[in-house]
Amino acid sequence: MSSRVGVVVFPGSNCEQDMLEAMRLVGGEPELLWHGDATVNGVDAVIVPGGFAHGDYLRPGAIARFSPVMSAVAEFAAAGGPVVGICNGFQVLTEAGLLPGALQKNAGLKFVCAPAQLRVETTNSVLTRAADKGAVLSIPINHFEGNYTCDAETLAQLRDEDRIVLRYVVNPNGSVDDIAGVCNEGRNVVGLMPHPERSTSELLGSTDGLPLLRSLLSV
Amino acid sequence: MIFSVHVEVRLRPGIADPQGSTIERAMPTLGFAGVSGVRVGKSIRFEIDAADEASARAEAEDLCRRFLTNPVIEDAIVELEPAGVAS
Repeated sequence: MSSRVGVVVFPGSNCEQDMLEAMRLVGGEPELLWHGDATVNGVDAVIVPGGFAHGDYLRPGAIARFSPVMSAVAEFAAAGGPVVGICNGFQVLTEAGLLPGALQKNAGLKFVCAPAQLRVETTNSVLTRAADKGAVLSIPINHFEGNYTCDAETLAQLRDEDRIVLRYVVNPNGSVDDIAGVCNEGRNVVGLMPHPERSTSELLGSTDGLPLLRSLLSV
Repeated sequence: MIFSVHVEVRLRPGIADPQGSTIERAMPTLGFAGVSGVRVGKSIRFEIDAADEASARAEAEDLCRRFLTNPVIEDAIVELEPAGVAS
């Protein structure tokens, strides 16, 4: 049972406090990991939260991937440690090469901030193992560059290997194949644009993020 | 030797360009009816101190590959000349 969860903070991250609260709610022991320290501090799982790391200058995630903490995150991931990137964190993980593909500006150039319906496509990932396959979750999205794209070969590989973790029921941003989240080959690194930490209470309109966050604690 | 470098970062062919298509759609309303194929990129300028033009180019291209572009969706055109040459 893993419980210590490291939440990475870059200059410009803005979802780390929500994530701390959400992880406490599901029984984890979260702590912040500063981007300038080249260590994950012995935690059991790492979350790269949303925001605008390094101002999103050049491209979202382009500068964050060179932060000292990212080499430690890459090592942790290579050793099988659970790593989840949410929104800007997903962009950081693709830029760092820990996940395939890239996130482009939304089709229609609209910043989308709205609840999204997501279908759980596989429970074979660190983020979905406590969820139900085929379940539809209501979790908000909040992004301008969430339009997932990859080449045809990568897409075929993601499909064949059951690595599309979450799909939008209604595509909000032009993502190829309605992709909302994917995982790596080892299934221990997951990136998604929606924000499960914002769906943790009826007061917030949904508790559908809870099974995803609990999944991270159930290694 | 100092070289002035100009990097044009472009979306790779076949990658959708929402900015380009939005700009293109706006053009007829301004009376520009014959414009098509709009693509938006980035222009980045810097200087490199290197032994010769070949090594300056190699360094600029390495920089593009590892940092200035995301090779999944972008490529770059590198232009380079000795600094101080009027352009």
